[in-house]
Amino acid sequence: MENNEIVKISGLVKRFPIGGGHFTALDGIDLTFGTGEFSGLVGPSGSGKTTMLNIIGSLDCPSEGTAVVLGNSVGELSHKKAAKLRKESLGFIFQTYNLLPVYTVFENVEFPLLLLDMSAAERKQAVLDALVWVGLTDKVKSRPAQLSGGECQRVAIARAMVKKPQLVLADEPTANLDAANSHNILQTMVRLNEELKTTFIFATHDDKVIKYLKRKISLEDGKVVKDEQK
Amino acid sequence: MTAFKLAFRNLIGAGLRTWLNVGVLAFILILIIMHFGMLNGWNRQAVTDMIAWEIGGGQIWQENYDPYDPFTLEDSHAPIPNSMQGEIEKGNLAPVLITQATIYPEGRMQSILLKGINTVQQVSELPTADLAGDYTEIPAIIGTIMARNARLNVGDLVTVRWRDVDGTFDADEAVIVGIFKADVPAVTAGQMWIPIDRLREMTQMPGEATILIADQEYTWYGSEEGWVLRDHDFLLKEMRDMIRMKTIGGSFLYVILMLLAMLAVFDTQVLSIFRRQKEIGTYMAMGMTRSQIVRLFTVEGAMHSILAVVLGAIPGIPFLIWLSNKGWAMPVDSEGFGMAIAERIYPAYSVGLVLTVMLIIVITTTIVSFLPSRKISKMNPTEAIKGKLQ
Ligand SMILES: Nc1ncnc2c1ncn2[C@@H]1O[C@H](COP(=O)(O)OP(=O)(O)O)[C@@H](O)[C@H]1O
Ligand SMILES: [Mg+2]
Repeated sequence: MENNEIVKISGLVKRFPIGGGHFTALDGIDLTFGTGEFSGLVGPSGSGKTTMLNIIGSLDCPSEGTAVVLGNSVGELSHKKAAKLRKESLGFIFQTYNLLPVYTVFENVEFPLLLLDMSAAERKQAVLDALVWVGLTDKVKSRPAQLSGGECQRVAIARAMVKKPQLVLADEPTANLDAANSHNILQTMVRLNEELKTTFIFATHDDKVIKYLKRKISLEDGKVVKDEQK
Repeated sequence: MTAFKLAFRNLIGAGLRTWLNVGVLAFILILIIMHFGMLNGWNRQAVTDMIAWEIGGGQIWQENYDPYDPFTLEDSHAPIPNSMQGEIEKGNLAPVLITQATIYPEGRMQSILLKGINTVQQVSELPTADLAGDYTEIPAIIGTIMARNARLNVGDLVTVRWRDVDGTFDADEAVIVGIFKADVPAVTAGQMWIPIDRLREMTQMPGEATILIADQEYTWYGSEEGWVLRDHDFLLKEMRDMIRMKTIGGSFLYVILMLLAMLAVFDTQVLSIFRRQKEIGTYMAMGMTRSQIVRLFTVEGAMHSILAVVLGAIPGIPFLIWLSNKGWAMPVDSEGFGMAIAERIYPAYSVGLVLTVMLIIVITTTIVSFLPSRKISKMNPTEAIKGKLQ
């Protein structure tokens, strides 16, 4: 195993039971992601991008084959171990932001840190740092309902980044955003990728995102059809 | 702990529904404490009054005496044993002679108990001193309710008819020399108190008594053929049983009220878990374990009751204190009720009562919040994140 491998997927098959039979969403995938990559799973809707991201994120299990994330084989992790992996090393960014509506921006960003053993002072500093990264220091006390979509997604990025995870998984992060906000967000993530060496894996079919990717993995019907570096 | 902080924020964020649940719980909490405080206050007051007026430190009964069977009265009198005379003179025991009689106030006929008692005694608050003096008529004191019902006032004359020891009828005029107010039906309901010497003469039962009332500090440890000791346990049993029954009856009502409140909390939980799937999925993605999330939602539900305790205290404490000072007017009088009960009851709250009620509410709310939350541990994170379950 190479030292800079962060995710190694071999012979991955994911089947979902439908009716009496199965639907094969991922069909024999072999992929490796290195530390610090800024790569994306690209393909039409239904090609298996989200399914793949969920497995890498230890939210779902392979039907066959293995997905090893930071040395943990996802299919073999207990619920607790998987939660620990996510808590300590993974950050998620969703299409629909998934902010907690009753919390302020500060509290939303602080949340992942509450799950880690950190003092209030350490947490505060980390949250403020993260809000500087995404340029939202003036919205600390706002609630999600008072923010625009672009601002919400920036809060979500700050939340994913605040604990400085090794790997960030972003599923269609720009699908609900206009062009200006999409570029803004991507630029932020590119910068964080460069400054913090955080690995990013996207799932997207948005050309605005694809432009920024340093590696583009094309999926079609659950198979990798192209894997290009820029 | 963070679970409390998070739960608190979520609960406050939920708005109106939270406050409705909290309000209902706080209301029930105050109601239960008030109700049981009333029973407690009634119990205290009744026991105090019964001791002060009726039972003193205990009674000694002629063995045939049965207060529930007036027909046995003819056979339940006997000469007072010599061994008791000393204590009677010291004022530790007061003999009471009881016989059936009929009075004719304003031509109506009313069956009563005639009770003879020493004009000088210290075992009961009965104003027996009023009976002292030279009267041609039989001097008598009666309770206020009896006075009202029979329309008798101080100075009024009323014909009394009774039977002597041989069963021969006799009649005479009685004069009301005092009217007293007591909340103990056993000394007021249909009763006329007269000097015991006079009653003994009237019935030709010299030196006899039906019962003896002991002073509060005095306990009779003697044993005399034909006489039995009735202690507080015996004399207060009926009263206490009554209050116990009322307590149990009240509990049923509150169990039902609680069930309704718990249904509301349960419903809120089910709804909030259903509506917040996406949030639950997000918690999972951020690395909370399922049991942490179950705990979060359980604490959140249980917090309803904690808020109810805290917020219920704001109106509850002043209200309950005010009530315990002002008392609660009873719709019945003691004679109509047949038990010692004051016109006003002053609730008495014990620390045990308040803590027990609070604990029961907090524990049941916690259980009710936990039950639907278990569903979270069966949720699939990927489905939950999409918010598409069911
Ligand atoms: N839980 C599921 N049960 C059944 N089919 C599913 C489930 N999740 C995804 N699929 C199917 O798998 C395929 C890939 O889905 P997904 O990974 O979400 O695609 P993408 O994110 O590329 O649009 C789709 O056809 C979808 O309908
Ligand atoms: Mg998708």
